[in-house]
Amino acid sequence: MIPAGPAGAHVRHWQRFTFTERVMRSLFYIVVLIGIVWSLQSIEIIPEFLYDAPQQTADLFVRMWPIDWGWYPKVVHAALMETLHTATLGTILAVAMATPVALLVARNVTRSVLLNSIGRFILVATRSVHAMIWALFFVAVFGPGALAGTLAIAVHSIGFTGKFLSEAIEEAKPGPIEALKAAGAPPLAVLIKGIWPQVKPAFLALAMFRWDINVRESAVLGLVGGGGLGMALDTALSNLYWDQAGLVLAVIFGIVIVAEIATSWARSRII
Amino acid sequence: MDASAPIKPPVDDAGVDRTLIIRSLTKAYRAGQPVLKNVSLKVEGRGMTAIIGPSGTGKSTLIRCINRLVDPTAGEILFLDQDIAKLNGRALRQMRRRIGMVFQEYNLVERLSVIENVLTGRLGYVPVWRAWLRRFKARDIERAFQLLDAVGLGALATQRADQLSGGQRQRVGIARALMQEPDLILADEPTSSLDPKTSVEIMELIAKRAGERDIPVIVNIHNVALARRFADRVVGMSKGEIVFDGPPRDLEDSHLLQIYGGEGWLE
Repeated sequence: MIPAGPAGAHVRHWQRFTFTERVMRSLFYIVVLIGIVWSLQSIEIIPEFLYDAPQQTADLFVRMWPIDWGWYPKVVHAALMETLHTATLGTILAVAMATPVALLVARNVTRSVLLNSIGRFILVATRSVHAMIWALFFVAVFGPGALAGTLAIAVHSIGFTGKFLSEAIEEAKPGPIEALKAAGAPPLAVLIKGIWPQVKPAFLALAMFRWDINVRESAVLGLVGGGGLGMALDTALSNLYWDQAGLVLAVIFGIVIVAEIATSWARSRII
Repeated sequence: MDASAPIKPPVDDAGVDRTLIIRSLTKAYRAGQPVLKNVSLKVEGRGMTAIIGPSGTGKSTLIRCINRLVDPTAGEILFLDQDIAKLNGRALRQMRRRIGMVFQEYNLVERLSVIENVLTGRLGYVPVWRAWLRRFKARDIERAFQLLDAVGLGALATQRADQLSGGQRQRVGIARALMQEPDLILADEPTSSLDPKTSVEIMELIAKRAGERDIPVIVNIHNVALARRFADRVVGMSKGEIVFDGPPRDLEDSHLLQIYGGEGWLE
């Protein structure tokens, strides 16, 4: 019913939010603000430390320069190799352990809610503990060194790898799987010939992405005794040899970039 | 394959009775809402039987009950001296490998080569390690090549399946079904995703390759003209029940009216 003539003109209102919604939104912003103020108070920033932060930072860089490149062949090269081996072996172990768990979690493979949940629990449990904490644990069990670091990387990576692998398995098209079942293929043959070819690209991309992450993580595991570059960094820092610490940081930076380039190249070749 | 057993016609060379008998088959995905209502059907062990009917009428459910991709709620499916409805595990797999299936969406493993897709038809027979290592028997590989030649794809054996056109993919699907050396072929809307010309070619291929091997074919198809042209027998379904059963020449407009309902589309 649109009234005729300007006298009866009916103005239609539109508002994105109702009154209640606006109140709730305002309340939300106020709560966030209170949260920020509260957090700042509880972390007790000491203003004096804040004021000279720029000088301290500049001072650090000055002390790092010139970088002690001579230290590379003596200690850092071996540490770098250990870090790469830790990351690689850790990733291989992680993929090997995550695959059965992923199969347990994927609902199109394991048709049991109980088994799905058990698998999911393993994934969450391994992932929610940081690699550093796992390293502390394995250092306590096996003593400091690359073994502890490798196991820390491997166990922590199960959650991530298993989660994404199980999702890739669940995304496999049901048609080909059905076709193989209809041909009388046993479950293992369906897995190898029906599901695996569909999951393979995601599997390889995932393993490489996790390796990329693990190179970064294993570089610092040495700080808690996990071997590799972190160990060298720890030595340099406790001796206050800043030029050597600078070398280790430069090497970590370099290897992370190289790993990134390598994995993105390899990924583009697979997909 | 007991040689002393009484031989009932029709039989193939090996003396296997390929007659399929469905008795009182019922399927309800949700309790109280049956999609198939007490369907009984006897399919002789040769020739092509076309099942026609509107979408959602239970054609696909019927055909999928036969190889147990769908579990029937009640009824018997008698084939090769066994009740398929009662089979499980290993016995079911051994029955399934006797029954080839052709799908509407081809259902090839896209990242595998054409020849390997055909060889997956042997997965019910070969040990898993052989399939895994791709160590198929020379006899199977030779047979796969022969079947690819028979469906006109001999030159594409090593191509990846995702590089093929729809018609080519369906040819691979047919070769895969034949690779099982089946005693029965089920085809679930094999031409519904194809253009009219390719549809005719695919139906011709199924009829010819199954016919020369004396393998009975049950095909779901909603294209009445194709059913008339290629089938020896037409079964019309409506609302989960069989409402017509006879040779194509007996199928009249009044039957189609009963199967599909409505009138305007017949003119």
